[in-house]
Amino acid sequence: MYNLTIAELAKGLRAGEFSSVELTQTYLQRIHQHSELNAYVTVTDELALQQAKAADARLASGDASLLTGIPIAQKDIFCTLGVKTTCGSKMLDNFIAPYNATVVDKLNQAGAVMLGKVNMDEFAMGSSNETSYYGATKNPWNTNTVPGGSSGGSATAVAARLAVCATGTDTGGSIRQPAALCGITGLKPTYGRVSRYGMIAYASSLDQGGPMTRSAEDAAILLQAMAGFDEKDSTSVDQPVPDYLADLNKPLTGLKIGLPKEFFTADLNSDMAATLDAAINHYRQLGAEVKEISMPTLKMAIPAYYVIAPAECSANLSRFDGVRFGYRCENPADLADLYTRSRGEAFGKEVKRRILMGTYALSAGYYDAYYIKAQKVRRLISDDFKNALAEVDVIMGPVTPTPAFGIGEKLANPIEMYLSDIYTIAINLAGLPAISIPAGFINGLPVGLQIIGNYFDEARLLNVAHQYQQATDWHTHTPKGFE
Amino acid sequence: MSNTQWETVIGLEIHTQLATKSKIFSGASTAYGAEPNTQACAVDLGLPGVLPVLNEQAVRMAVTFGLAIDAHIAPHSIFARKNYFYPDLPKGYQISQMDLPIVGNGHLDIEVDGETKRIGITRAHLEEDAGKSLHESFHGMTGIDLNRAGTPLLEIVSEPDMRSAKEAVAYMRKLHELVRYLEICDGNMQEGSFRCDANVSVRPIGQAEFGTRAEIKNINSFKFVEKAINHEIERQIEVIENGGKVVQETRLYDANKDETRSMRSKEEANDYRYFPDPDLLPVVISDEFKAQVKATLPELPHAKKQRFIEQYGQDDESASTLTSSRELADFYEAVVKNSGVEAKLASNWMTGDVLGALNKAGLEISQSPVNAARLAGLLKRIADNTISGRTAKQVFDKLWNGTATADEIIEQEGLKQITDTGAIEAIVDKVIAANPVPVEQYLSGKDKALMALVGQVMKESQGKANPGEVNKMLIEKLKN
Repeated sequence: MYNLTIAELAKGLRAGEFSSVELTQTYLQRIHQHSELNAYVTVTDELALQQAKAADARLASGDASLLTGIPIAQKDIFCTLGVKTTCGSKMLDNFIAPYNATVVDKLNQAGAVMLGKVNMDEFAMGSSNETSYYGATKNPWNTNTVPGGSSGGSATAVAARLAVCATGTDTGGSIRQPAALCGITGLKPTYGRVSRYGMIAYASSLDQGGPMTRSAEDAAILLQAMAGFDEKDSTSVDQPVPDYLADLNKPLTGLKIGLPKEFFTADLNSDMAATLDAAINHYRQLGAEVKEISMPTLKMAIPAYYVIAPAECSANLSRFDGVRFGYRCENPADLADLYTRSRGEAFGKEVKRRILMGTYALSAGYYDAYYIKAQKVRRLISDDFKNALAEVDVIMGPVTPTPAFGIGEKLANPIEMYLSDIYTIAINLAGLPAISIPAGFINGLPVGLQIIGNYFDEARLLNVAHQYQQATDWHTHTPKGFE
Repeated sequence: MSNTQWETVIGLEIHTQLATKSKIFSGASTAYGAEPNTQACAVDLGLPGVLPVLNEQAVRMAVTFGLAIDAHIAPHSIFARKNYFYPDLPKGYQISQMDLPIVGNGHLDIEVDGETKRIGITRAHLEEDAGKSLHESFHGMTGIDLNRAGTPLLEIVSEPDMRSAKEAVAYMRKLHELVRYLEICDGNMQEGSFRCDANVSVRPIGQAEFGTRAEIKNINSFKFVEKAINHEIERQIEVIENGGKVVQETRLYDANKDETRSMRSKEEANDYRYFPDPDLLPVVISDEFKAQVKATLPELPHAKKQRFIEQYGQDDESASTLTSSRELADFYEAVVKNSGVEAKLASNWMTGDVLGALNKAGLEISQSPVNAARLAGLLKRIADNTISGRTAKQVFDKLWNGTATADEIIEQEGLKQITDTGAIEAIVDKVIAANPVPVEQYLSGKDKALMALVGQVMKESQGKANPGEVNKMLIEKLKN
């Protein structure tokens, strides 16, 4: 039953084929059996079984949602009441959140069963899950490779059938890139669609939570429960949430697809290009029209991102000072020592690097040259997307330049690591929604196709992704040893 | 000693705590004096994942202030993060406003030595207060109380328009009066609701450019502002006259030693790395909102004073006194309205007996044991001659110390004035007969002797005779 999707499980639960408790037990067993993947930081066995029991009662009473009784993994960036919430950092290794993130509350209300908290790059800063204090998560397709990041634990858990679905967060590609590298479906919603309350901030103007699932249909179900205005998050948008399942089966006849030529250059390896070509051809067969477009500002996305995101993170991470919660160094000599050692000892290298970059970019004398300039670039990128999306319905392209790379391969070279987000980062700067879906394999490793849509056009992205998944079976493949 | 004449230049930054019920970015209470850390919620503690949500009431109050000083209200203002580490600053940054404050250029008129002077207000911006670090009684450790963290502040920054400590105090008092009038701040300086930092510099008279300034922090009473500024002026002049240079720095005023001392130099100053807070949307103030706030603006102190002069025939001084706070002015007007007596009688009692008694007891008008209705009851009985002014003072004492009304006291104590001329006449005759010496003195031209006779009659009548009446009757009788 662990190969079933949410939609299939919901039917089985209602038909009484199995109970949520049985389903949850199966998953918990698999999680412990495959602990070598290092997908989970915390497994909440007891809580999960309690929730499963309650879900079974709800199902019996008939008052259930599609997610009631479905075992789910929470990225360890979402605060969970009474449960350790680490954000992948030594800094929060002792942090038991005293409240639930809005997303967690919503999923609890829907009756989902939380299996535990999954691994991630420290404070969501990384593209390989290697910066986690809890060690690298492994990609189930080849355990010598990375699952991507920062939502690498989520992607591995879903791909290896250690959870039916998972939450992720995406600041520069952190849902889409691991989804692509692990062969699952990952949607980054429009900025403001999903509440950020209780989601530990990395770069507030870019962070967005979203679903990571086995199919577009499942993504629609999970997003339905996650999305919506939250008065506790001033940047969440007060706009009704459409029924994401309603349009899934709309035919794609006449769909206008734009392919930015800047996405399909020599930087993209030929195997990747061929895989994507095949996927796009498939869309032609489904009735879509494909045209080349140009978005000249895309090449400025990485430099702009690596000013804005670190600038915001340098302030966001100031609260981790050893005073009120989290790690505190032993026997501080004075206040400066308390700050310096608590932060010095508990933050990892990548986090420190980004705090330093951000602090530098905001410093007197540099602010205009870096931060203000980056914001201007950000506006140009948004304008480019707006113009493009006036001409086409969706934009398609790669998610990553290559399939999963080896563990340790890029760790020594941060720039090369940063470039693995080259196709995803611009979308965060523009605040647009985008989905990554499995589109083939290269040497046994999954390849993702990225579909970018207009603001609040998640329903269309899900429709476009679902139609492809109806016509192909890439998303149903299971890594060897996890069938 | 040189003969240079020095001019002082002062600008003030005043932090007013806005009188909202909850904090500027969270729902926690702002009430003062609770047990440490009982009024700090997840947002105030800066827990991982929390987000600020702007309190509309704080915005309304800032706009109220802006409209009252005739300022530009920014249609679009921005919150920024001011970054620095301190244990009582939970997030490691303070949410404040930098480039686009909510209130722009405005002004406030002050009066010094009978002259009116206009002081420019550069800006007023919204920000959150920090918590408190408590260094006492923790055995070498520091205690952190975050109850105050997130309390809304309006930081009001003046132009460097003041030229003496006296002007600075006048400006501060005027502002204090205004924010209380507007009911946007309780003005309680002991609790830190109204705090002042002063930028002070000196320059030779006639010099156009400003001297180097020092910022004096922590001057939280009108008395200390004047002392601290005067002290700082002397210090700066002395430094310059001894061939030295004033350095730009932050100085702390020590009220116990009456001195300022250096806190940090310009070089040690933090680089706050301000940038727009991505957790908050720009604050948009529509014309409708502005109009709505404007419609709720109370009568401002200056206008009220002018009205008191015109409507109640008051002199400048008593009008100033009675309009010095909204509560006092309201009290006065309630007394006039309730009693129907002459405005003059009411203002004499208010500025004299009532304020005197309050001062003596160290109470505010809002805490007065005698409310407007009870005072009005007393004044009515003076106006209709039921009691004399002298008896009224007795009755006032009883009003102050009890709960009875003036009529009840007059009744219980039998203080009603004798209006029966026959009865008074009898007493007058008796007194004339019993006091031949003063009678003789009066008749031989010593007018003062009459007072002794009046006194005797009043005594005989147990104060119930009307002294004017007695006076008249005595003269008449003695002349005949």
